[in-house]
Amino acid sequence: MFAYIMRRLAVAVPTLLLLIVFSFILMHLAPGGPFTQERELPPQVLANLNAKYGLDDPLWKQIINYIWGIVAHFDFGPSFVYPDRSVNELIAAGFPVTLTYGSLAFVAAVAMGVGLGVVAAIWHNSFLDYLAVGISIGAQVLPNFVMAPILVLIFTLWYGLLPGGGWSFNDPSFWIMPVIALGTSYMASIARITRSAMLEVLGSNHIRTARAKGMPEHRVILRHALKPAMLPVISYLGPVFVSMITGSVVIDIYFSTGGIGKAFVDSALNRDYAVMMGVTILVGALTILFNLIVDVLYAWIDPKIRY
Amino acid sequence: MTKLFATTALLAAMTLPAYAVQPAEGETLAENQTYNFWLLDAIKSLDPAKNTDVEGSDVLRSLFEGLMNEDAAGAMIPGIASSFEESDDKLTYTFHLRDAKWSNGDPVTAADFVYAWQRVVNPDTASEYAWFIELMNVVNATEIVKGEAAPEDLGVKAIDDKTLEVTLTTPTPYFIKTLSHATTYPVPQKVIEEHGDAWTQPGNLVGNGAFVLTGHNLGVDITMEKNPQYWDAENVVMQTVKGITVNDNNVALTRYQAGELDRVDIPAGQYPRLSQEAPDEAISIPYACSYAYVYNVSDKGPEALKDVRVREALSLALNREILVNNVLQGGQRPSTTWTHWAIEGFEQPETELATLSQEEKTTRAKELLTEAGYGPDNPISLTLQYNTDENHKKLAIAAQQFWKPLGVNITLNNVEWKVHTDRMQNQDFDIARYAWCADYNEASTFLDWFRTDGYNSGKWSNAEYDQLMADSKTAEDTGPLYKRAEEILAEEVPAVFVYHYSTVDMISPEIKGLPTENVLNTWYAKDLYRLAD
Repeated sequence: MFAYIMRRLAVAVPTLLLLIVFSFILMHLAPGGPFTQERELPPQVLANLNAKYGLDDPLWKQIINYIWGIVAHFDFGPSFVYPDRSVNELIAAGFPVTLTYGSLAFVAAVAMGVGLGVVAAIWHNSFLDYLAVGISIGAQVLPNFVMAPILVLIFTLWYGLLPGGGWSFNDPSFWIMPVIALGTSYMASIARITRSAMLEVLGSNHIRTARAKGMPEHRVILRHALKPAMLPVISYLGPVFVSMITGSVVIDIYFSTGGIGKAFVDSALNRDYAVMMGVTILVGALTILFNLIVDVLYAWIDPKIRY
Repeated sequence: MTKLFATTALLAAMTLPAYAVQPAEGETLAENQTYNFWLLDAIKSLDPAKNTDVEGSDVLRSLFEGLMNEDAAGAMIPGIASSFEESDDKLTYTFHLRDAKWSNGDPVTAADFVYAWQRVVNPDTASEYAWFIELMNVVNATEIVKGEAAPEDLGVKAIDDKTLEVTLTTPTPYFIKTLSHATTYPVPQKVIEEHGDAWTQPGNLVGNGAFVLTGHNLGVDITMEKNPQYWDAENVVMQTVKGITVNDNNVALTRYQAGELDRVDIPAGQYPRLSQEAPDEAISIPYACSYAYVYNVSDKGPEALKDVRVREALSLALNREILVNNVLQGGQRPSTTWTHWAIEGFEQPETELATLSQEEKTTRAKELLTEAGYGPDNPISLTLQYNTDENHKKLAIAAQQFWKPLGVNITLNNVEWKVHTDRMQNQDFDIARYAWCADYNEASTFLDWFRTDGYNSGKWSNAEYDQLMADSKTAEDTGPLYKRAEEILAEEVPAVFVYHYSTVDMISPEIKGLPTENVLNTWYAKDLYRLAD
């Protein structure tokens, strides 16, 4: 197992390098640059800016300098659009925000989604099943860009219970609406996947055997049904976790959290090359890491899987 | 406005004490003197040399103060300069600075301005607004930006601690009006050298404005508290000023209604409803920006648009009343000139476009196209390019419909902002949506755009126009020159002028002192106060 993990981590390095090189080239292929603006800059001002940020070097040299900066100093460069800040600072400011509301939403979505799915599967075709399926379909069809303004309308404007947006690490009242708006549709998907996986497992031979030997129903469900039913859920959760903690542009826009999701989309539109690269690498590294964690979890859950 | 009047108004202002809005008699101040204003986006930089956007300037105006300020009507009034003299040849200005302090207690000196201006043009700073010092025509600004002269050679000198001398390359009628712009604010050399790029962080930032920075969560909020060291602190009522970022205009409106914000823009199309529901909160005031469809008349442009008759026909056939009243619905005005109607001293010429009825204009448009050899039997195909935005799209669709009966088939081309800008600057378009906002309250800020060496992405060029704009720099009375320039634009039609902007906002009735007559929409938190409700 240890050798397997080491092997995977070793493969991660060239994967990330390829990601960097491809993203870098694609980004520079897009028309316009960070300093393209309505008020065309005088050529000399533009030249000064390009020189300061190293954009006048040939592309291959820029890529090498960039990678060297990361390897040697863990420096992701300066932001072109936020001249007072470096990419490291921007990520250090925005990532903890999305990490907070993202992981809370993840925990809530998993707990409720798995709960709903299990309930629906156990009491298949009963009122509880229809209710659980109803809730998850309702949550699925209500996208977060509809959910977010509705939440603000209800909790801020009508009842004045929660702040309509903004962020504070010290005051959880700022976290509630982002967590609900982000978690809901994921909860719905998790519930549906859990339900169908559970139904399949509950109909399998080993469950019939367990019941036949007189095992109490709660032990059948918890030990013999839930564990294998989690396999498809876990393979779904790996990438979902990464996408939740690296933020959602919709949540960041509606709740003005200052999170990294909006920073990423903005950086693409603004051609803020360094910020875009920084977030791409962050998301890429996390994706590689969590895919590995999912695979390790697989082996732990399913005795048939050995690395 | 004639220059004579401008100077008189300025001198009159000079003899008065500095302007500060004060509560009127009978008004009761709220205990909580806080003003929460809306920011659409994160503030990109709090460094006056590096700030490039309007929202950043709104914040910088509270943290710093330049030589001049603007009053509620947009007239220039003394800021850090208590008075100034202009030399007879209009090339040298001498400013006398008042006793003012930085927020750390150090005195504000002429050397602070010298350092700040040199820093803006210094290529090492790589300021995106270095062109602003060039626009002011300060001696050697262009050479320094090009790296051909040292920053120390800039035409700005500290005669002593309280006297600043600026020399210009050419008489510049609008020079004084540029001095309230954030790019010209003084900056604290000691602090910048100590902290580097991090000098704009709360705790590090030292300013000379009425407020000090106490908190900044990028993309969330920015908090400023009253600065006890400010020279006019006794006349500042507001204690806390907070900019709150809300990236979605509709959510911002909801949060305004929930009392979290004191001022927000009204989302497109909602002004008629809100001005009915809350007439004392919904305002529409002129804002010095001008919207146009620019024709590409360069070599790379379509053949049909090289014919002035075609260009004029499209302009005449565009029913601006409908665009403004049925699409935008926010108190904007249909435009017949490039210069915004509310710009100080600007007189609109009488043109066909301004005087004929829409029916007459449409008839005339058809005649012009027939003369040019086009019409429904021989249609023209053109693309209209605009950047992604709901309003641009609606207007473009309407324009397409107005031009279709003439036999002009428009293909709409919606592209992302950077692509739009890049294509415009490379003349890779037929007709493109464009807007320009004034840098200062004078017509040349618009008219310079169409000079042959102006931004002018359509590459229209006219020798008489260039001469007029050159002459206007030294003219005693610029009014007739600007009027003639607009007449040339009306005859030559390098672009379809569509409408002049207005700002449509909700303002809390508790907040007083926000100017509603300044066409640049400049406001100073030091002039605000909150009434008890």
